[in-house]
Amino acid sequence: MWSRLVWLGLRAPLGGRQGFTSKADPQGSGRITAQVIEHLERLALVDFGSCEAVARLEKAIAFADQLRAVDTDGVEPMESVLEDRCLYLRSDNVVEGNCADELLQNSHRVVEEYFVAPPGNISLPKLDEQEPFPHS
Amino acid sequence: MLKGSVTIKDGCGHVPSLATGDLFFLLAWLLWWQAGHEDHAGPDPPRKVSAALKQGQITPTELCQKCLSLIKKTKFLNAYITVSEEVALKQAEESEKRYKNGQSLGDLDGIPVAVKDNFSTSGIETTCASNMLKGYIPPYNATVVQKLLDQGALLMGKTNLDEFAMGSGSTDGIFGPVKNPWSYSKQYREKRKQNPHNKNEDSDWLITGGSSGGSAAAVSAFTCYAALGSDTGGSTRNPAAHCGLVGFKPSYGLVSRHGLIPLVNSMDVPGILTRCVDDAAVVLGALAGPDPKDSTTVHDPINKPFMLPSLADVSKLCIGIPKEYLIPELSSEVRSLWSKAADLFESEGAKVLEVSLPHTSYSIVCYHVLCTTEVASNMARFDGLQYGHRCDINVSTEAMYAATRREGFNDVVRGRILSGNFFLLKENYENYFVKAQKVRRLIANDFVNAFNSGVDVLLTPTTLSEAVPYLEFIKEDNRTRSAQDDIFTQAVNMAGLPAVSIPVALSNQGLPIGLQFIGRAFCDQQLLTVAKWFEKQVQFPVIQLQELMDDCSAVLENEKSASVSLKQ
Repeated sequence: MWSRLVWLGLRAPLGGRQGFTSKADPQGSGRITAQVIEHLERLALVDFGSCEAVARLEKAIAFADQLRAVDTDGVEPMESVLEDRCLYLRSDNVVEGNCADELLQNSHRVVEEYFVAPPGNISLPKLDEQEPFPHS
Repeated sequence: MLKGSVTIKDGCGHVPSLATGDLFFLLAWLLWWQAGHEDHAGPDPPRKVSAALKQGQITPTELCQKCLSLIKKTKFLNAYITVSEEVALKQAEESEKRYKNGQSLGDLDGIPVAVKDNFSTSGIETTCASNMLKGYIPPYNATVVQKLLDQGALLMGKTNLDEFAMGSGSTDGIFGPVKNPWSYSKQYREKRKQNPHNKNEDSDWLITGGSSGGSAAAVSAFTCYAALGSDTGGSTRNPAAHCGLVGFKPSYGLVSRHGLIPLVNSMDVPGILTRCVDDAAVVLGALAGPDPKDSTTVHDPINKPFMLPSLADVSKLCIGIPKEYLIPELSSEVRSLWSKAADLFESEGAKVLEVSLPHTSYSIVCYHVLCTTEVASNMARFDGLQYGHRCDINVSTEAMYAATRREGFNDVVRGRILSGNFFLLKENYENYFVKAQKVRRLIANDFVNAFNSGVDVLLTPTTLSEAVPYLEFIKEDNRTRSAQDDIFTQAVNMAGLPAVSIPVALSNQGLPIGLQFIGRAFCDQQLLTVAKWFEKQVQFPVIQLQELMDDCSAVLENEKSASVSLKQ
């Protein structure tokens, strides 16, 4: 029951489009608690959307856990296969640009030469905040 | 005698002579091909279609129209998301002018090509098969697209894929799955009639593999001569194996990624799909080289153009067979072909060695972690503000971003983003992300050690089995399938090595099976040279598209006499 409220709380301010049909299992494998779910959704700005998604994440983690078996003592992490080379840097001169019009065309909301964003510094609602947000 | 051209250069190319009526010409071309090349792809002295264009035996416009007509006929394959008919015809017109003036740009001038829909194409919608980019029209061309256009290639359209190139079946895009042309081939259909099953003809269609399935289907169905795919974990080689094509993955750093919408920056490369190795070399010659807009391209001098020598003998060659790739899940047919291939090299004088890549069993796990973490980072750019889908919510930036991303991405993409973010959490960073980076070094070192032991080229399977029916494929989720299907291909991406899948033979079901060659870093030319030799030995058969023929003959009732006389 409590889990269902979690989902509903998250859904409502975001338009409440998707009715959530199944509850998240608060036990699961123990790794994916409701806190972790909320944290990941906030960081990723992508929601799980369903119980299956949580189950899939748990499977993905279990799959990744196999790496523990590998002995990596003294091994440096590899970021790129080209690590032994110098990346090429262009000289710092302006050679192209002046394409504001082209770039602005791809945006849905533009005012003169600005991309328009909704107000910032407003966090996504926490679990216990359930007042509906007005939205256009 | 009317002939048809199938490839850009050698191997399978013959030249069509002009005939009355495009459709008759098309039918005759196809019929001659089917009749004359029943069982093998090695013809009489091959002519190049590019030579044909130069000699005026066919014009770029005719070639373009032929391919456009085939695209229409094969629409049911769902290979194309966007068909750029007007663009292609205009390009064909310009190409024709150049040929008339004796100023062709090269072997690719006037040649129809297709591009996977995760490459930016100026003025042409680029969607990545996702709602997030539906309607997005890039203001620039990806470098590789620009290079093809600069060589005069005709852009037939943008091909279908798994959403954001995440998947191994080309089944998870918003435009629907891609059907493997071999589902409709005479070779497959004949084998199936021998089966007691008598299901509905179309419900059992096969997947192309992925994620560059649209590009593979486009080339396999003769709608173009070459197609660009992308390869992050095998996305070019996998569909190539399932569709009977050459699928080439260049060394990381050889070909520019500018304009390729990124999945995993440290592993992505543009891939090339063609019907024969020489064609792949021609395309690679056009694409390879440093790009100031992609600082991960190397600036070493490269031998251009990529003219492949014909290997007279392989006695100086050392082929490595990684023993860890022999896994129980490998189908017996693929295993048998792999073994026969090794025997073939040995019987021709090459040294064939068993080598060990000890960390192979962890490779797919490592890939899974690195892939999801880089995806989590790369997908962060899709927030609806500057391009792409934007939802209607205006409460706050965060709410808008979240809803936009929920609406724009499918489950697979969201799943990977969430997994990636999990592995990047402070408490998990060392144990998952950094750990995977360390394992990546071990895997890359495995390859270095194998090559240092005197091996020139590694020979492995490309896929576990032949293409499976769609209904079977979807029984497992995307992540599970990717983990299964990428097993032989993804290690190569982690090490940044060049690799190529070559179609070898048909399975008992009449479906293509490919094998993979892996080369040393930046030894792409050598790799392709060996692949070309092997291709010549195996003589993989040309696909016989029965459905297409039936379509043609239905249309050409009046031309029956002509068509009968061409049948052997």
